[in-house]
Amino acid sequence: MDKMPKWADVILTPLISLILAMGISALVILAIGESPWMALTTMVEGALGSSYGWGFTLYYATNFVFTGLAVMVAYHASLFNIGGEGQAAMGGLGVALVLLYLPLPHWAIALPVAMVGAAAFGAAWAFLPAFLQAKRGSHIVITTIMFNFIAAALLNYVLVNQLRPVGSMDPASARFPEATNLPALTDIAAAMGFDWGRNSPVNVTFLVALAACFLIWVLIWRTRLGYQIRAFGRSEPGAVYAGINPVTITVIAMLISGGLAGMMAINNVMGEAERLVLNAVEGAGFIGIAVALMGRNHPLGILLAALLFGFLYQGGGELALWTSIPRELIIVIQALVILFTGALDNMVRMPLERLFLTMRRTSRGAVK
Amino acid sequence: MGGRPAAAAPAAIELRGISKAFGAVQANRDINLTVPKGTIHGIIGENGAGKSTLMSILYGFYKPDAGEILVGGRAITIADSQTAIRAGIGMVFQHFKLVQNFTVLENVILGVEDGALLRPSLSKARGVLKQLAADYQLSVDPDETVENLSVGHQQRVEILKALYRQADILILDEPTGVLTPAEADHLFRILEGLKAEGKTIILITHKLREIMEITDNVSVMRRGEMVASVKTSETSPEQLAELMVGRKVLLNVDKTPARPQAPVLEVRDLTMRDAEGVERLRGISLDIRAGEILGIAGVSGNGQTQLLEILGGYPEKGAKVGGDVRMNGAPLPLSGSGCDAGQRRRDGVGHIPEDRQVEGLIMDFTAWENVAFGWHDAPEFNKGWLMDNDAIRRDAQAKMERFDVRPRDCHLAARNFSGGNQQKIVVAREIERNPDLLLIGQPTRGVDIGAIEFIHKQIVALRDAGKAILLVSVELDEILALSDRVAVMFDGRIMGERLPGQTTTGELGLLMAGITDTDHTPAEAGIPPEVAHDLPQGRA
Repeated sequence: MDKMPKWADVILTPLISLILAMGISALVILAIGESPWMALTTMVEGALGSSYGWGFTLYYATNFVFTGLAVMVAYHASLFNIGGEGQAAMGGLGVALVLLYLPLPHWAIALPVAMVGAAAFGAAWAFLPAFLQAKRGSHIVITTIMFNFIAAALLNYVLVNQLRPVGSMDPASARFPEATNLPALTDIAAAMGFDWGRNSPVNVTFLVALAACFLIWVLIWRTRLGYQIRAFGRSEPGAVYAGINPVTITVIAMLISGGLAGMMAINNVMGEAERLVLNAVEGAGFIGIAVALMGRNHPLGILLAALLFGFLYQGGGELALWTSIPRELIIVIQALVILFTGALDNMVRMPLERLFLTMRRTSRGAVK
Repeated sequence: MGGRPAAAAPAAIELRGISKAFGAVQANRDINLTVPKGTIHGIIGENGAGKSTLMSILYGFYKPDAGEILVGGRAITIADSQTAIRAGIGMVFQHFKLVQNFTVLENVILGVEDGALLRPSLSKARGVLKQLAADYQLSVDPDETVENLSVGHQQRVEILKALYRQADILILDEPTGVLTPAEADHLFRILEGLKAEGKTIILITHKLREIMEITDNVSVMRRGEMVASVKTSETSPEQLAELMVGRKVLLNVDKTPARPQAPVLEVRDLTMRDAEGVERLRGISLDIRAGEILGIAGVSGNGQTQLLEILGGYPEKGAKVGGDVRMNGAPLPLSGSGCDAGQRRRDGVGHIPEDRQVEGLIMDFTAWENVAFGWHDAPEFNKGWLMDNDAIRRDAQAKMERFDVRPRDCHLAARNFSGGNQQKIVVAREIERNPDLLLIGQPTRGVDIGAIEFIHKQIVALRDAGKAILLVSVELDEILALSDRVAVMFDGRIMGERLPGQTTTGELGLLMAGITDTDHTPAEAGIPPEVAHDLPQGRA
C-alpha cells in the first residue's frame, strides 16, 4: 500500500502501461507497412482535432463511464460483474418501453423517468445472478455472462415480434416521440451563446455521467452502505462478525451495479439513436471492465479512463475511414491498451515499487 | 576426530553479521549466533523480533543483505531450500506443509523420489521410517492418510520428513502452538532423543516455559537484533522476559478477588449441529455473573469457536442451534432474523473475535475505519445518510491514545500495524463500548509480551467495573492468570469447572484431553508434575 507515493500508483503506472501499449501498437502498424506516426496523428486529429471529433469522443466516454462505474461498485463488494453488456441492453429496453408507452411532454420530464426505467431494467437483469450468488453460491462471473446471451436473445425477440412497427423491415422499435429527444451539448452551448461546431452525438447524458461519478464516490466512501459494501468485499467473515448481512449486501451491490450499466441506455438509446435497435450496446459493457481496471476502481480514474477509451473508439473509427489500416487493427490497438493497463498491470507496478523502495532507502541513507 | 573434545568441534551453525532489510524495515541487524553441535538451542523473542526472518534466511527463503553462514565450520551460500536440505538443515514449519490426502509414506518421499516409479522409493522409505520410529519414539502409521492424523501426529510426519532427508540440524518454528500439553510433552521427549543421537535442534518459540524446560542455550531477539545468548541453566524466565521486551514485565496478573453479582449470561443446554450434520456443541450450560471472568480452557477445535459465534449472534451458515440463552434475564434469539451480530451489540454484547485478521479487522481499512467496524450504525458515527468520518477519526485517535497503539496514526492501514497493536485496536473498540458481556477469543494470540500485559490489565479493569466476561483461550497460563472460574471444553462439552487456585495444569490437561476419571493422577496419565511448575505463584 505504502510502497510508492500515491501519484505514482494512480498516474505513473497506467501512463507507462499506456506508453508500452502504444509502442507495441506502433510496431504492429510498422509490420503491416503503414506509418505509426500518421496513424497517431489521424487518431488525434479525428478524435480531438475538431468539436465534431470531441463530440464523438465524449459520447463514447459517457457510455464507458456508466459501464465502468457498474463494474466498480460490484468490485468493491468483491463481485466481478461481467454482465454489463446484458444489463445495458435491458436498460435500453426499459428506456424504449417508457418512452414509447408513457405520454411524456418534455425531455426534462422524460429524462428522469427514462433514467428510472433504464436503471430498473438493468438492475432487474442483475438481480437473479446476484440472488443465485448470495443464496446458492452460483458464481457470478458465470451467471452474468450467461445473462448477456439471454438478454441478447430476449431483445431480439422483443424487437422482431413486439416493438417493430407494422410494415417495417428493420428489427428496431419505432422512433421515440420528438418531445422526448435529449438536447445535444452543442445545442445547449448554442443556447448559451457559444458556437460549438457541428452536430455530434454527445448530449446531456454526459452531465448525468459526471454527476453519477460524484454520487458513486459519495456512496462508496461516505455512506454507511458503501462502508458495508467495502467491508464485505474485503472480508466476508469479517462482515459477518460486524453484523453485515452478506446476502443483502451482495444483492444491493449488484442492483446498483446493474442499474448503472442500464443507465448507459440514456446515452445511446435515448440520446443518440432515439429508438431501440439491435446490438445498441456495441461492447461498451465489456469495455467497462477495462475502464474500471485502468481507473483503479475510483470514479475519477474511471472518468479519465473512459475519456481515453472514448478517444480510442473515435480515433479508431477515423483510422479506418482515412487510412488503409484495416478496421481489425483498431481492435488490436484497443486490446493492447486493455492488456497492458488491465491484465499486465503488475508487470509495470512491481518494478516501479522496487524502484521507489531503493530510491527511498538511498535517500534515507544519504540523510544519515 | 573421535579423540578431540566436543568444545573444539566446529559449531553446527554459526551466523556472522547477518543483516536483512525489507524496504525500510530492518528485520535482522548484524546477527551473530553460534549453535554447538548436539544441543537444543532456543530462540525467543516477541512477534516481529525477526526470529522467523532469521530462520527463513537459514532455510534459503531469503537472501541476507550482509553476513556469513557457516554450517559445520564451512561457509556456504544458501540460495534455496534445496541447498539447505543438502547442508543437512531441516525445517518444521508452524503451519505444516503436508498433502492432506496423501499417506504418511507418500508425504515423506514427496520431492525426494528415487526415480519415475514410486514403489522402490516407498518400500525404502517404509524401512527407514520403521527405524526412525524405533530410535526416536516417532511412531506413525505409514499408510494412514494425513488428514486422519491428529495435529501432534502430523507434526511427527514433518519431523520424519526432515530426518528422512538426513537433516542433522532441525529447526522447529513455534512447534507447540497447536498441541495439547501431553502432545507437547511427547514432542519434547522426541527432541531429547534426537539430541542424544547428536542432532542439533533450534527451537523458535515465545513460550518461556518451553525454553526453560528443554533448551541448553537460549538466544533472545529484540527488534531485529540478537540481544543476548546465555546458558539456560544460568538464566530465569523473569530475566528472559525482561531481555525480550527491554524492561521488567509482570508475568502474573495483578488482580483482587472477584466480587460477582447477579448473573448476566445464562446458557442452558446449548446444542449446535453444523451444515454437515456434525454435532459441535453437545449441551453446554454455564452462567457468568457480573464482575467475574469465566475462562474456557481447551484445545482449539472443541467447540469454543462455535460457542463464541452463537453468543456473538452469527452461528455459521446452515447450523442448527438449540437450547436457551438468556442475557440479563431476557432470552437471546439463537436463529432467525433476531439472531444478528449488530443486534447483539445493541443488546450490550462486545466481542473480541478469535482471529483479528480475518474477523476482527478489515486489514485493508485504515485504523479509523476499523474503529467503526461493527459499530458503523452507532448514532455518533453517522449524520443522516452519511458517515461522520471526522467523528470516527477523532474517536479513533482518542482510543489509540488511551490504548497506546503505535504508531499513533489512524490513517495507517490495519495491516501495517504489528500483531499486538492490531489487537489493541480491536480491544479498544470493544472494551470502550462498556458492554455488559464481553466475549473474548484468544485475546493475546500472536501478541508480544508488552501488549499481553496491557490487554490483560484492561480485561481485569472491565471485570472490576462490574461486567461479565467470557474468556476463551488455548493458553492455559492465560486462562489461569485471568479467570475467576475455569471451565474446560472438550468435544462440544464442558468437562468440568475448577477454581484456578485449586487446580493444576496437570488436572486441566487431563480434562482438556477428555479424561474425567478422577482415579488417574497426572503422573499416571503421562503428564509429569513438573509441567505444573509455572502456575502463577501462590496458586500451585
